[in-house]
Amino acid sequence: MRSAADRMTGPGLDGRKAIARLIARDIPEGWHVNLGIGIPTLVGDLVPEGREVLFQSENGILGMGPAPDETLADPWLVNAGKQNVTLLPGASLFDHALSFTMIRGGHLDLCVLGALEVAENGDLANWSTSASDTAPAVGGAMDLAVGARRIWVAMEHTTKQGVSKLVRHCSYPLTASGVVKRIYTNLAVIDVTARGFEVIELIADVDFETVQARTDAKLHRKDVAG
Amino acid sequence: MIDKRVATAAEALADVKDGSTVLVGGFGQVGHPMALIDGLIEHGAKDLTIVCNNAGIGTSGLPRLMKLGRVRKIVCSYPRTAAVFSELYAAGKLELEITPQGTLAERIRAGGAGIGGFYTRTGVGTLLAEGKETRDIGGVSYVLELPLKGDLALIEAWEADRWGNLIFRGSGQNFNPIMATAAEKTVVQVQKVHDLGTIEPTAVVTPSIFVDRIVEIPYAPPYQAISY
Repeated sequence: MRSAADRMTGPGLDGRKAIARLIARDIPEGWHVNLGIGIPTLVGDLVPEGREVLFQSENGILGMGPAPDETLADPWLVNAGKQNVTLLPGASLFDHALSFTMIRGGHLDLCVLGALEVAENGDLANWSTSASDTAPAVGGAMDLAVGARRIWVAMEHTTKQGVSKLVRHCSYPLTASGVVKRIYTNLAVIDVTARGFEVIELIADVDFETVQARTDAKLHRKDVAG
Repeated sequence: MIDKRVATAAEALADVKDGSTVLVGGFGQVGHPMALIDGLIEHGAKDLTIVCNNAGIGTSGLPRLMKLGRVRKIVCSYPRTAAVFSELYAAGKLELEITPQGTLAERIRAGGAGIGGFYTRTGVGTLLAEGKETRDIGGVSYVLELPLKGDLALIEAWEADRWGNLIFRGSGQNFNPIMATAAEKTVVQVQKVHDLGTIEPTAVVTPSIFVDRIVEIPYAPPYQAISY
């Protein structure tokens, strides 16, 4: 039987939720936050009770609430992933021009995105796996990546095949250059700093050497030179 | 008396020409004018350029228009929503101009606002900026994006009056208000038309000047939201 720690650091919904829960823990009251598709979307439902955070959706919502009970869903109200959502009291609705004014204009405190790869200089690749993609689709990722004041990435530490998603240089086409500030994975929380990846927190009982062994770039320990 | 109402989608779209650029509102199925797209299919116009955030869902609406071979090109941020798009694109039967979502919105806004283009940081240093002019402004690199206009805009609103003042429901604004400003002719599909003066002036989202034809179509809710 898998231990609680294994479930947290492994694949599947428990592991994805554990990553999202850490991010929710670290978002202060009063921030305006956009959540990308995938693990980031889970963050919205995990903010600690009583803490007011305003979630923005690129399709024109500020003040998104939790997912609705299926029978009460309003079909006219969806998030960026086209899933039904609710509004908090105090929410507002607007068009795409105003939504991306918020996004590109530096009005969001944070955007949490998924990623295919993050490089040690903060380069982000999350929209395409090759220049000859069979059906390319970018959505709002490039606007969010350059526009929000901070970009945090939420992702599994490795691919299903065990290949590190933290890399020295991205091999996939870039979404934006040098924008990622922090990465939350199933193994660690890692800041992107002038010297590269810096581990600021280890998840469950994972040790530093294990995380380094699964990372295709040098990891630094916080508060340790070198 | 000004009355922009027409009885049917067919009447509203009677003068659409082959080769038109058509702006189509909606984000996923919300605010997406399905009845007007059906009208366009029935009309038969071909060699169309479609500007829409997504390529539709399932097999009706935009996917059907594409399947019938009426679409030459699609300008889109996230077309990977309809299997028929992927098939036609892979077979080289459909041209795609992939555009970041905010850039798509701002290009349409610029088109409607008489702006000749704009510089944005979005896409700098990526495949989507290749071949475009870049410029350093205050030490930051920007890429030039050009305005986008349509011969026709097909949009969906919730309520209107006979002049064409519009209000929207839920997250149904999305691309609709900006598309209404950026086309030679804007046709809107609405669920209800009220007497003039019923809509609060401060509640109007799209002022009537941007609307040419109104088709009142009490219509089912958008398809149940699907995640992908």
